[in-house]
Amino acid sequence: MADKLKFAFYWNASCGGCEIAVLDINEKILDVAALADIVLWPVALDFKYHHVRALADGSIDVSFINGSIRNSEQKEIVELLREKSKVVVAFGSCAHLGGIPALANLCSRAEIFDRAYRETPSTVNPENVLPRPRTRVPEGELELPVFFDHVYRLDEVIPVEYYVPGCPPTPSMIAEAVTAIATGKLPPVGTVFGSARTVCDSCRRTKEEKKVKAFHRIHEVEADPERCFLEQGIICAGPATRDGCGTLCLNANMPCRGCFGPPDGVADQGARLLSALATLVDSKDLDEIQGLIDQVVDPAGYFYRFGMSSSLLKHKVLRPERTAAAQGETMAQAAAAAEEGRGSR
Amino acid sequence: MSELTTGSAAAGSASEYEPKIVGFLCNWCAYTAADLAGIARIKYPDNIRIVRVMCTGRVEPTFVLKALSAGADAVLVAGCHPGGCHYQEGNYKAYKRTLLLQSMLPQFGIEKERFRLEFVASSEGEKFARVVGDMVAKIKELGPLSGAGTRLAALDGFFAADARMEGGVNLG
Repeated sequence: MADKLKFAFYWNASCGGCEIAVLDINEKILDVAALADIVLWPVALDFKYHHVRALADGSIDVSFINGSIRNSEQKEIVELLREKSKVVVAFGSCAHLGGIPALANLCSRAEIFDRAYRETPSTVNPENVLPRPRTRVPEGELELPVFFDHVYRLDEVIPVEYYVPGCPPTPSMIAEAVTAIATGKLPPVGTVFGSARTVCDSCRRTKEEKKVKAFHRIHEVEADPERCFLEQGIICAGPATRDGCGTLCLNANMPCRGCFGPPDGVADQGARLLSALATLVDSKDLDEIQGLIDQVVDPAGYFYRFGMSSSLLKHKVLRPERTAAAQGETMAQAAAAAEEGRGSR
Repeated sequence: MSELTTGSAAAGSASEYEPKIVGFLCNWCAYTAADLAGIARIKYPDNIRIVRVMCTGRVEPTFVLKALSAGADAVLVAGCHPGGCHYQEGNYKAYKRTLLLQSMLPQFGIEKERFRLEFVASSEGEKFARVVGDMVAKIKELGPLSGAGTRLAALDGFFAADARMEGGVNLG
């Protein structure tokens, strides 16, 4: 018992897919259970934060943390886990790169708030009931975590030793990481599990000449399952994405979405994909080129689907003056509306 | 010629905002044109920091984003006219990337005027000066690009965000 490792699993802004991925290693989960005691795993086991606080610093061997950091509760818990852990593994695309939640960085916090609590067609909120950081109830004051204006990847908040990429990480990749930990054969700090090369490297599709006269979205055409997606004019993130997934999406006739992030030596996955994609255009006529480029809808969404928090730009530029004014206004309106709502009740 | 001097004349007042522009110039055309502008003593604003590249086709979108996120207010890429590329088609590649990047930048709140591609032949010193003057004037209108990529990138920004929320910006 004393020789057993201690593991913690934690989730932040994520969909839960990474938790399922852990269970997807099937019977190997028994090996993990034999290898380690789990001290925290909110999705599966009933532990309380004060149990973790009671542990000695550095007494957890490995914390596997998935999800990006979006609010103050997540920040608090990952800081706690950092203190208590020898090794922290950023698990999955969101912890590694920001992931899908980080696409919210293309909006301001005020826009997200309005959209979620006022504007969606399914929202019926005539009394204007809105969440508040602090709410007084007869039993005392309730507090909600602070919603940040930016979605962070894990290593922007705490130091991280290793990265297991993927949305979600594949069972073989998880097994590789756990084996490395169990046998003590850990790679250098900062290692991203997976290959250093790109998905195209192990993609088995036929690649001939990359010249394109039209761009299509995947649902608009019937894709040839044997031929390179890019040669068919379908956007595929393969050229700008780290290999190691086993080309699962491509095998299922879906283009690569880029969840493993950039390969070694690439600073900005989106810029690299943009560069590769634009040069496919087969034309020397400036107007025709414009026409083809216009067919690429939502470029930021395609190019930074998983990598927004680790991109060079990271976030929509919100001018301080504009932001302050816009937010101040929204907040003041909201506060006034909330007061009114309370009065009428 | 007179309109070309307005930029540097205006630069005299200390309080006026002076944009920083990074210019990637092709060795064979635009860089030579900039040289020619100098030799001919054509005046243009000194807001541009020039980086010589062998071809506009070498300018990766990463360079542009890096410049914008590291404090540049705008980026100019200038090279040979269509058909005039020393390497046959580098400038077409640059043109395609430019259009796609220009369609993406507004999604990040960056006006597409902040990234510009111009064809400037080696004999067009005057055009080079005009392009720079025109661009500086436009960027002055737009104002500084503060915050691209630096927004909360450092942890102190993180706590600033906290403080702002504590300071009563109540969500609701």
